[in-house]
Amino acid sequence: MNKKDLGLLLLILAVGAVVAVLNPRFLLPINISNTSNLVGLFGLSALGQAFVIITGGIELSVGSMMALIGVLFVDFVATEGLPWPVAVVLMLALGVLIGLAHGYLITKVKLQPFVVTLCGLLIYRGIARFYTHDATAGFGFNQNFPVLQGITTGKLWGIPASVIALAIVGTIMWIVLHRSTFGRYLYAVGKNEEAARYSGIKTDRVIVWAYVICQILNTISALYFAMYTRSIAPASHGNFYELYAIAAAVLGGFSLLGGEGSLVGVILGVVLLQELQNLVNLLGIPSSLNFAVMGGVILIGVTLDQQWGRFREKRNGARAARDATVGRPAAESAQ
Amino acid sequence: MPDRPIAPSRPAEPFLTLADIRKTYPGVVALSRFSMTVAPGEVIGLVGENGAGKSTLMKVLGGIVAPDSGTITIDGVPHEALDVAESIGAGIAFVHQELNLFDNLDVAANVFIGREPRKAGWLNLVDTDKMRAMVAPLLERIGANFRPDTPLSSLSLAQRQMVEIAKALSMKARLVILDEPTSSLPIAETEKLLDIIAGLRADGISVIFISHRLHEIERAADRVVALRDGALAGTLAREEITHDAMVKLMIGRDLKAQVRASSVRAGKVILRARGVQTNAHPGKPVDLDMHRGEILGLAGLVGAGRTELACTFFGVDPMLAGVLEFDGTPLALGSAADAVARGIFLVPEDRKSTGLLLDMSIAENVSLPDLRSYSRRMIVSRQRETAAAARQQAELDIRAARLSVAAKTLSGGNQQKVVLAKWLSMKPRVMIFDEPTRGIDVGAKAEIYRLMRRLADAGVAVLMISSDMEEVIGVSDRIAVMHEGAITGVLAPEEFSEENILLLAVGRNLTARAIA
Repeated sequence: MNKKDLGLLLLILAVGAVVAVLNPRFLLPINISNTSNLVGLFGLSALGQAFVIITGGIELSVGSMMALIGVLFVDFVATEGLPWPVAVVLMLALGVLIGLAHGYLITKVKLQPFVVTLCGLLIYRGIARFYTHDATAGFGFNQNFPVLQGITTGKLWGIPASVIALAIVGTIMWIVLHRSTFGRYLYAVGKNEEAARYSGIKTDRVIVWAYVICQILNTISALYFAMYTRSIAPASHGNFYELYAIAAAVLGGFSLLGGEGSLVGVILGVVLLQELQNLVNLLGIPSSLNFAVMGGVILIGVTLDQQWGRFREKRNGARAARDATVGRPAAESAQ
Repeated sequence: MPDRPIAPSRPAEPFLTLADIRKTYPGVVALSRFSMTVAPGEVIGLVGENGAGKSTLMKVLGGIVAPDSGTITIDGVPHEALDVAESIGAGIAFVHQELNLFDNLDVAANVFIGREPRKAGWLNLVDTDKMRAMVAPLLERIGANFRPDTPLSSLSLAQRQMVEIAKALSMKARLVILDEPTSSLPIAETEKLLDIIAGLRADGISVIFISHRLHEIERAADRVVALRDGALAGTLAREEITHDAMVKLMIGRDLKAQVRASSVRAGKVILRARGVQTNAHPGKPVDLDMHRGEILGLAGLVGAGRTELACTFFGVDPMLAGVLEFDGTPLALGSAADAVARGIFLVPEDRKSTGLLLDMSIAENVSLPDLRSYSRRMIVSRQRETAAAARQQAELDIRAARLSVAAKTLSGGNQQKVVLAKWLSMKPRVMIFDEPTRGIDVGAKAEIYRLMRRLADAGVAVLMISSDMEEVIGVSDRIAVMHEGAITGVLAPEEFSEENILLLAVGRNLTARAIA
């Protein structure tokens, strides 16, 4: 755990202490259980976003993908009667396919990640709504899938299944990002794609994998959300979830310029965001201000990231800035 | 090109006088005791090798860099240093090799960018008609064949240079500095530019014309000022300007050839290039053989296409045409990874952007190209990684407190050693060094030379791109020289001389005398 993560943890504890003093219900087991369930659900998606942000990219389509996967999964299982494990495999395959498509457009067609995934955001939302003719897809009251519900919405020793899933997936992804060769390549590509390429790394392949991993983790998150809500309104389900994930990553010390951040940080970021949501509820702040709180937090996160980047630029290149004066001799190394 | 007009009679008072200008950067004397004058209406050809101090001189005149000592006198008013506004105010204008123009605007808007004439009224709108009317006579004066409302994007490079010159005229320039204006122009357009220079001169506007194309200077200049190692190497009056006289000033008086015997007989060809064409110079096929055990120097002027050739051999730049053979078998490189897999390594020119990941540690940089060999089941063993980096640190004497410090904290020489370490921890067959000692202190330079020789002795084919004459002559076993994308000659040790290299680098043939 680095200094940034430690600072974030202290902030979470401090905010928690203040909320607990103002409203003791914050510490009730039911509140902690509900909040941690949400941490698990959002955390799975945020982990995926982190892999993309490390490369200096962004994945805006994940909220719409949650709606699309949600309606497809519920429809396949509840209406079409497909065995749920088959439906899960199909959904994961869809995630991989979308990740490959985004990665291909970004690395080979050289489109900007923001543009590609923004189009994805619009397209997948549209398909999800068209698929159900804007109707809500849901499970019937008498439809039960004990195993599926057990591993998605059940509890083990009082711990929500989503938290356990986040712990397992988080541990695996932590090893991938912080211990594996692929993780090292991700950081290298995010920090300096050119230098990584000149070191013989297949940078395009690394970037494509980041988008595939993002979509796989988001698919898992989408399945958990679908089982949690049990009904999916395709026009609204998962709206803004991509921004929750990005906000969590930025709060967790990720630079949107790429190459910086840790998985512990992004999970702490999710915890802080859910704590803030909980704070809005518990302190009697109008829930209509929910997004405003979220927006404020993202703004602060991005501002800090920007200031940090500018500070580093200043330190590195006072001379470069001086030479960049328009119309004067071009910047060249001192001769 | 018409005959040169008779030089107009000039007032005795020079427009610009530089006296005893000195500028040092940490560890480098860029300019020392440099003096020159520029008379109104005088065309000065400024020549010097790469690194002779021309860029620093231009920065001093442009007000970007303040000299450490010396005076700059303009119209009889002495200054210790200029700032950008003073430089513009004095009428000093630059036309760069890379032009500062806006593709999405028309000619008139480019000429008056930031100084647009306005209409009356509270909206203060740009008066486009007036602007175009003001630009039209300027274009006429330089004989432009386009109109003020022509979009810039439809103009050729030479026409864009004319827009820059029109811009300079619109600012009432009294000294126009043309930095390598012809280096990327075809011959017909070069002629046009030389005509324009003659026109400026007739109007009493001074010109400093920087070029590596000596025959153009021969034709255009009233006087030649030569720089060498940051100092004035000499000046040539109009009647003294000859190609050979300029070369002599640029490289110094000692023209004795430094013959050195090749220490090892070169082995068989390991990398063979036939008809290789790069993006930078399409239509200029390159043939080159790299032998085992040999250091092949690759000399040429900046922009001759040496780096692009190296990047093509390393697989990071595409090969437009031609064939590469590695160890006798055809070699297709889709990416640097393909080159690395065969032991073809590049130590790039720009350590900071392509050689190293500055934010990563020394150990992480060293292990990066070969990370899999430090891993088991995809998990990196930091222990093995650090051990390998420690071996390289001892081998190359990398001075760092710990192997976990970020590469950016190291000095230039030590950073370069980290770049070397990452390749030496693998099995090099071909090592390409692009300006390996740029910005590195003398001690580290000598170590890098020794290392190159050691690699060659171990059977590696070494290709060294360098703009440092001493280095090329002192280290190479053979020297290939490039000019505008083509290899103009390959010198054997008995032919090594600065003069020979420079002749080939500016696209001339070796004279019988020079081969000696």
